[in-house]
Amino acid sequence: MSGQGVDGSTRSTLVDARGLRCPAPVIALARAAREAAPGTVLIVWWTDPAARHDIPAWARMRGHEVLVTEPLAPEEGDGGDDDTRVYVTRVRTASGDAAG
Amino acid sequence: MHPVAQEAFLAALEQGWADPRRLHAEGRRARLLLDGAREALAEMLGARTEEIHLTAGHTASLHAAVTSVARARRRVGGRVVVSAVERAALLAAATLAGDEVVTVPVDRTGRLDLQAWQDVVGPDVALAALQHANGEVGTLQPVAAAFEATTRAGVPLLVDAGASVGHVDVGAHWDVLAADPSDWGGIAGVGVLAVRARVRTTPTGPEDEDPWAPGGVSLPAVAAAAASLRAVLADRARSEARRALVDRIRERVAQTVRDVEVVGDPVDRLPHVVTFSCLYVDGETLLGELDRKGFAVGSGSACTSSSLQPSHVLAAMGVLTHGNVRIALPSTVTPDDVEAFCAVLPQAVAEVRRMAGATDL
Repeated sequence: MSGQGVDGSTRSTLVDARGLRCPAPVIALARAAREAAPGTVLIVWWTDPAARHDIPAWARMRGHEVLVTEPLAPEEGDGGDDDTRVYVTRVRTASGDAAG
Repeated sequence: MHPVAQEAFLAALEQGWADPRRLHAEGRRARLLLDGAREALAEMLGARTEEIHLTAGHTASLHAAVTSVARARRRVGGRVVVSAVERAALLAAATLAGDEVVTVPVDRTGRLDLQAWQDVVGPDVALAALQHANGEVGTLQPVAAAFEATTRAGVPLLVDAGASVGHVDVGAHWDVLAADPSDWGGIAGVGVLAVRARVRTTPTGPEDEDPWAPGGVSLPAVAAAAASLRAVLADRARSEARRALVDRIRERVAQTVRDVEVVGDPVDRLPHVVTFSCLYVDGETLLGELDRKGFAVGSGSACTSSSLQPSHVLAAMGVLTHGNVRIALPSTVTPDDVEAFCAVLPQAVAEVRRMAGATDL
């Protein structure tokens, strides 16, 4: 699920962690980070409430950078309770070889 | 449970089985026991006897303290100021009692943002609450400075010392102090609340002879609370000996477990609590692995809670909430126990990571 950005300069990878419980979303993200080139933007979809805290903590421990976290398509009112709402977090992987 | 608690409990069953509110001889004997225990608790907590109230337990103490102080100060304002890492029971009471709950953040170690606290503690605040130490991660809070700010603003400060009393000195920087006998080796079923005479309170429940414990308290549990606290305080050296063992665990865990974050303040902390989080580890599975090896530990990870929500304390600190292990060393712990735990932990973590397919990450 890798693709070129519109301008061809930014590579991004989508990680679909919807429905996964901790620590599975972070494991899926870490796997994607390990396989991605340095500086790749990882886009992760998640529903697990722990991911809100654990994705930034993982990024900090591994030298990655969290760019933004927001509800996925809020205008469509995917709504419901916290367990079903889908969020998206964008993470830029570490530029050095410390990524993983 | 402290052996002294059991002795005192059984002795009180013999002597103080009657209702202390009755005027017959047995009732008076029970009354004497109850008064003696309150007097002892007061002395040990640095309060006057009439400032000591007994409740049905620590949760009941926090509920009653928050709601009755907030109600008494209704005309002043409806805001309740709390730290982000207060006990869930206190936060729930604040939500119920306050028009607005102002949550003051903590840093990565779990310590209160003092500047933010000073900024929000103003004259329109009904009540402010700050724990003496965080029982989940062990970090001591700057209660003296926080108390100075609330005192200047004329706001009563509730200090939840449930994780501290019996382990560290709690000092006199409080208007209301909550202490938890089951945390120092007492018997469950009683809580201790010290309310300075200057603090106004208005009970929120139906009228009762004792609004802090409607229907009365378990007298044997009160006697056990007082006796065990006395025993624990008299043996401070033993309590402090745990500090070096926690240092040892902190050091060994950081050295021998890959991708681990030992959390809480390394120095200004409770002597007996140590907490760490392991990346890519399912907390529930790790607890099971450690239990099979004979170690009973706790966790703040979401998978170990009935609500499936991670610990709000770890979340507020911005540390990893999964793969979390919390250890509270009992006063009977030995260096050999600690060595044995440190020896099995790396393998247990590796095993859980292997099961999750996360070994290579």
